Parts: sequence; C-alpha cells; structure tokens
Amino acid sequence: MAVEHIKRYGIAEGLNSRTAEPLASAADTAIAELSGRALQPNRGIPLNLDWIDAVRVNTSAVERRAQTLVARRTVKKDWQVAWLLRAISCMDLTTLSGDDTDERVRRLCAKARQPLQQELVKRLGIEELDLKVAAVCVYHAFVETALRALEGSGIRVAAVSTGFPAGLSPLAERVAEIRRSVEQEIDVVITRAHVFGGRWQALYDEVATFKNTCGPAHMKVILGTGDLLTLRNVARASFVAMMAGADFIKTSTGKEAVNATLPVGLVMTRAIREYAQETGMAVGFKPAGGLRTAKQSLEWLALMKEELGASWLRAELFRFGVSGMLADIERQLEYHATGRYSADYRHPIA
Amino acid sequence: MSIVEKFVSMEYGPAPEDPREALTWLDRHERRFGHFINGAWQPPVAGGYFSTADPSTGEKLAAVAQGTAADIDAAVRAARAALGPWQALSGHARARHLYAIARLVQKHSRRLAVLETMDNGKPIRESRDIDIPLVARHFYHHAGWAQLLEQEFPGFVACGVVGQIIPWNFPLLMLAWKIAPALSTGNTVILKPAEFTPLTALAFAEICQEINLPRGVVNIVTGDGSTGEALVKHADVDKIAFTGSTEVGRAIRKATAQSHKKLSLELGGKSPFIIFEDSDLDSAVEGLVDGIWFNQGQVCCAGSRLLMQESIAEKLTAKVRDRMTTLRIGAPLDKAIDIGAIVARVQLERIERLVNQGVAEGAICWQPPTALPSRGLYYPPTLLTNVHPTSIVAQQEIFGPVLAAMTFRTPREAVEFANNTAYGLAASVWSESINVALHVAAQLKAGVVWVNSTNLFDASCGFGGYRESGYGREGGREGLFEYLEPAWFKHAPALKRAARRASKMPTPPCRPLTGR
Repeated sequence: MAVEHIKRYGIAEGLNSRTAEPLASAADTAIAELSGRALQPNRGIPLNLDWIDAVRVNTSAVERRAQTLVARRTVKKDWQVAWLLRAISCMDLTTLSGDDTDERVRRLCAKARQPLQQELVKRLGIEELDLKVAAVCVYHAFVETALRALEGSGIRVAAVSTGFPAGLSPLAERVAEIRRSVEQEIDVVITRAHVFGGRWQALYDEVATFKNTCGPAHMKVILGTGDLLTLRNVARASFVAMMAGADFIKTSTGKEAVNATLPVGLVMTRAIREYAQETGMAVGFKPAGGLRTAKQSLEWLALMKEELGASWLRAELFRFGVSGMLADIERQLEYHATGRYSADYRHPIA
Repeated sequence: MSIVEKFVSMEYGPAPEDPREALTWLDRHERRFGHFINGAWQPPVAGGYFSTADPSTGEKLAAVAQGTAADIDAAVRAARAALGPWQALSGHARARHLYAIARLVQKHSRRLAVLETMDNGKPIRESRDIDIPLVARHFYHHAGWAQLLEQEFPGFVACGVVGQIIPWNFPLLMLAWKIAPALSTGNTVILKPAEFTPLTALAFAEICQEINLPRGVVNIVTGDGSTGEALVKHADVDKIAFTGSTEVGRAIRKATAQSHKKLSLELGGKSPFIIFEDSDLDSAVEGLVDGIWFNQGQVCCAGSRLLMQESIAEKLTAKVRDRMTTLRIGAPLDKAIDIGAIVARVQLERIERLVNQGVAEGAICWQPPTALPSRGLYYPPTLLTNVHPTSIVAQQEIFGPVLAAMTFRTPREAVEFANNTAYGLAASVWSESINVALHVAAQLKAGVVWVNSTNLFDASCGFGGYRESGYGREGGREGLFEYLEPAWFKHAPALKRAARRASKMPTPPCRPLTGR
C-alpha cells in the first residue's frame, strides 16, 4: 500500500544523499532484548487494521498504574547519581523557539558537548564516561550550524520537520522538507486529523512516506498526544506509526497544551512492548515537553525499566526531549558530590 | 561498585526507610507492653508476656502481655464505666476526639508505617501509601458521622460495650475500621489485636492518651486466641465485631448465638477476578498485581481466582508471567520492594501445603526466577494453571501470593464459576464493554464488585461479605448500623429480661429477639 501511495505522489525516488550512517551497523543485527528475546530494528509491517481495532485502553486503570509505578520504585545515593547521568546520556537537548539564532544553537551545542562542569565530573569520578547528551534537536534552519558545532563529538543532530508543530502543510511540501533537512535524525509530526477520523490507512501511508524519504536516518514520529487526548487514540496512533516503520515514537511537539505525561508514556511503552512481542522488532520511545526536573527523569527511566526492560535505558531506544531538565540534574549531582544544593547560576547555561 | 559500574548496570540499589523513629519508640517502652486499660498501661494479671517478631528477619521486636479472662474483665468494666459519660457527650464533642486521633495518626504516620512494616512484613510502600492514609481517612470520616448522628439516625442508640477482634494482615487499618465507627456512634471499646501484630494497636493506645480520650473509652488487650475467646464469652459485652478466618468466625457465632450480643463478622474469601476478551489486558494484569500480590496475597478480598475468557487465556497468562518477573521481593523496609515477608511461619507453611496439594492434583505451578532473601519468611509470587473448579486451590482460601487461573467460555459461565464458592466477599470484572461489565457485575454474589479496578477502599463505602465471608458492613452509612440499635430495644421489657438472664446465666437461654 505504502509503495503505491508513494508512487502516486512520485516522491519515493532520489532520497537525500547527505544521510548519515544508520544507527545500527546492519539491519539484521539485534538492537534490543525483551524477556529473553532478541529484537531487530523496525522495518515496519503492512498495516494490520484488525490489530488497531482490537486496541483497548482503560484510562482510569492506566492512570492508577502510572501513579503507583513511580511510588513503587526509587533510586538513592550513588545509584541515583548513575541514573541521573544515564538520563543525561539519553537527552535530545532541544531548542525550538521562534527566536532561535545560530549563536543560540552554538551555545546549546557547546552545552551538549559538556553537560557537566569538569570540576563536578572529577568529584563524581566519572571521567571515563566522557558524558555527552545523545543529540541536539533544532529547526531545519539550524541543522548546518549544529552539524558544524558538533563535528567529531559523536553527538547527533536531529531536525524537526514536516510542518512542525502542526503538521498541516501539504504532503509534498512536508516530504520536501524532510529531504532538505534529513541528516542523522529527524522528528516528524503526524496529521492528527487522520487519527480523529479513524483514517488509519492515510496515517500509515503518511508515516511510511516519511520513512521512505528519510532513508537510513533515524525517524522519530511525534504523535501530538496532547491533541489526540484519548489514551486509546494514543495507542492506536502508536501502532500505526510503528507498522509504518517509525524508529521512535515520540509523545509531543512540546507546543501542545499538555505534553509528556506518565499515563501517555505508559500507553506508548505498552504499545512498543506488544509490537516487539508480535513482530520481533524494537521501536524507541521519546517523551518530550514539560520535563523539567531530575525527579521526572528518574520516574521515566523507571517506567522504561519496568515496562520494557534494560534495553530501553539506552540512547539507541530512549530519549528525553528536553531543554530545562539538565539544569536541575546538574544541581542534584552537585548535591551528591558536595552535600549542598548550589544556586542555578553556578552551573553554566546553554 | 563505582558510579560508572552503576551507570552500566542501571540496577535500583537499596532504598531502605529509616527505622530509627520506630525503634526509639519501642525502646522508650523498654520493648515491653502491658494492656491498655482505663487509659493506663496495666501489667497482665496472670498471663505473662509473649514476644512479637519481625518476620523479614526473625528478630524479636518487643514483649507483649498475654491477656486472660481477668484482664478482659478489667477492660470490660472500664469500658462499661466509661460508657455513660462518653454517651453524655454531644456528637460534636465526640467528633473532636475523632478528629484529634486522625490528626495524630497523620502526624505519626511515618513511625506507624515503619512499625507496621516491621511487625507484619508488608512493604513500606503499602503501609506508607495505603494503610496509614486510610486509617486517618476512617477517623476523619467517622468524626463527621459523630456530628451528624442525631439528625441522621433518629431513634437509634449505641450498642454499648463493644468487643472487637482484628486480624494481622492490616493491623492498624482493621483497628480503624473497628474503632472509628464504634466511637463515633457512642460505644466504648475493648479491642484485641492479632497476636502476630500487636504493636501498632499499642502505638494507637498511646495516641488515645495523647489526645486525652476519656479513660476506658478505648481499651486494648493483647493476647492470642484464648484472649479473644474470653472477650467473646464475657457476659457484659453488648456486641462482638470480628475480622478473621471463617473457622474462628463460625466458633464466635456459636458462642454468641444464645446471648443478646450483636455480632458482625468479616471473614475469608476466594474472590473471582474475571477478565473478558475485550478488556485492556495490560491494565488487567496490573489489576492482578494489586489484587493478589498486594500484601503478599494476605488480603481477605484478594482476587485469588483468575477467570479468563478462553480466547485470551494464553496471551494473558504470558503477560502475567512477564509481569511477575519484574516484581521485586525482599526487605519490606526497602521503598522499592513489591513483595515483603509472610507474617508468620505457620502461615508460610499453610501456603506451601496448599500449593503442594494443588500441584499434586495436577495444577501447573509457575514462579519467576527471582531469588528469595536468604533469611526471613518469604514466598514467591505464584501462578497456578491447569486449575479447575474442583481443585483445592480453587476452593480454599490460601491467603498467600498464589493465583489460581481458570478459563470460561461465556459471560454466563463466568458468573457461574465466580459464584461457585462458599465465599462471597469481593469480585473484580474487566471488560471495556459497559454492557458486559454491568450485566456480569450485577449477578455476582459478592459484597463488593469492582469494575476495571480492584482493591479500592474508602471509609464512605461499605465493605463486607455474603455467605461464609460473613455479614455486617464496615464503612459508610451502612457500617454505622453495626454499632447502633433502635432505642426501643434497650427498653422493651421482654428484651430487658432476656438480656438480664443472659448476663447472669452461664448458658444463656435461646430466646429469639424480636425485631432483628
């Protein structure tokens, strides 16, 4: 179906030649493990409408689980330090504002290269980790700037695309947009109207088209969960996006009224789990928007560990889409190192 | 292990709750407690002391007085003497005492939670987030009823002196379920906590002292079954409220049958947990975790019989097994533990015996590969499949973390299996179809039916059973009737005579009391 669709629009040919190395070295190499089973990267499957139809989500039960899950798990002392460091290593440090400039993006990249001050790194004894964030996430206009600023660092550049954040410009233009900005990673938004209308085929075709255009670049599909609103919609959109070949599913643009919440995260991780169990393929998860505190980072990591397992605690399959969270984590780490909370002005900003 | 190694392993690490405040409290009492009678600590008249221990370590926590008939008699006399002045207080004045208790429970919530966990073995998360907040909630709720009593229950009066016997699975919460409605309706109380878990009741006694509750209104007598028996048999007790096993409940009913004593029983259960094919399966699995692996399954309303529609049985059991492997078992004081210790060796042996019997009958036993702590009383979460309604594990209450799974074909069959039990305490129905859920829920013979949820409790909602799960309700408006009687009861001449005779004669005459 997807292929036909792509042919119809004539946009499958001529994939951008500037694509980066794929994240997994070979497509048939296992990238994750779930309950003892090795999982491959997602190649997508034909749209399965029966599966979408069978999706059931009970809102109050999900809310209860989200509420108790974070009360059931906690990490303390050095373990907490390790978890916070892990959160940093899974960050997509993001700036997506109307007032972004090249200089602003360079500052962000500098912070991405050195998320913690050297003094703190030394005190914690973690020099060997060579800690960096996973990626920097910017608008298309700043992709070149970010690429240059991050050269040789191993930090990836992600561009938001396809009419971000509304995703309502014409399909051909959105596809052209992907072609223009695709580098290593790309965050695309879906047409929410397809979900409200139950037009799963249209949604599938759209995401499949995006994926084809992306080539080997890493594609994160933003569902706009704050717009979709019902958890069942979130689950169904998650499945369609995964079937269409998403490498990651991502909660929100950060521009909706409500962004990443734990109930939404729980529904999406359960969808990822079921997709993995049914297909043997692993899809990553990225909560974004409204994540500001170190405590939240621990809660989300615990959610991943509980629902999906250790494979989803790595940047290959888990990212935080954040801008302010790092500052709070720095203060927590400083507390661990010195026993005192520092003022935020003591930590260099992006 | 360095931070870098922890960064690689991403384990949770230990997160112990600080027990110092609770230990200091025990030490302040020199780890020895008498009975709490007439507002003061009294050494046992004749019974001596027995010890209570932490089931997760085996360490002795404190020595507690063994109550005998003499101690019970002293407590009943104190309660009888306190009754008049307590009832003379206005509803608002009684409410003030209940509010004060609720506030102090909140103030001491951390100490109470730790004490509960040490004495019982339940995870600190549960005592901290569920037990103790519900205790406070019960006292707040019933403080409100004390204020409203006269206008809401005209023509009703308190039973009088109430004997209450509570189990070890939710020690302080069961105390609250018993004492809060009794006090709010103007009764005075003699409470006997379970012998395995008396400590929080004793901490509660101290709270009564702290708020200057009138002497004798609450009396706590500790001890074993014989102490409870003395309380049940005491002639000057007007009502017995019991929560515990069906076996003991039956004995209590016999013992009180020929007396004037009012009785409420909250007993065992073998509650069905019904999952239809159109339910949110992942959420239903979490429901099971809250249903059968809550408090190590030592819950009277635990969803211990899993009934799943045939079409989803395989998928569901796979999900259940996956979920069981992520349950963390270990030191109950650790904040990231899901399953703590079993309360006592005798209970652990009972669980082992029943599971072995089930397996001998053909059940397939699955337990996650999680290692159990090397010391302490632990039993792993257990899933039994290939179970049939005839199996012993489908019939008998195990009171442990053991789930017996069976299948059904149609909603009608689900109802049939669910009701095919001597018990009738609780049930849980999972379906995303409102028609199926409500149609089935209405047909279940159970005191409480949860739809797409389980083990939700509130002080405003009555709880109790059908059949061998007992009778009487606790909580809500309906719960208050267990502690009230129509005023004319007390004055009806025939009843007065019967009551007088009952209190004088060793074997009271069997005379039907009209109006019950």
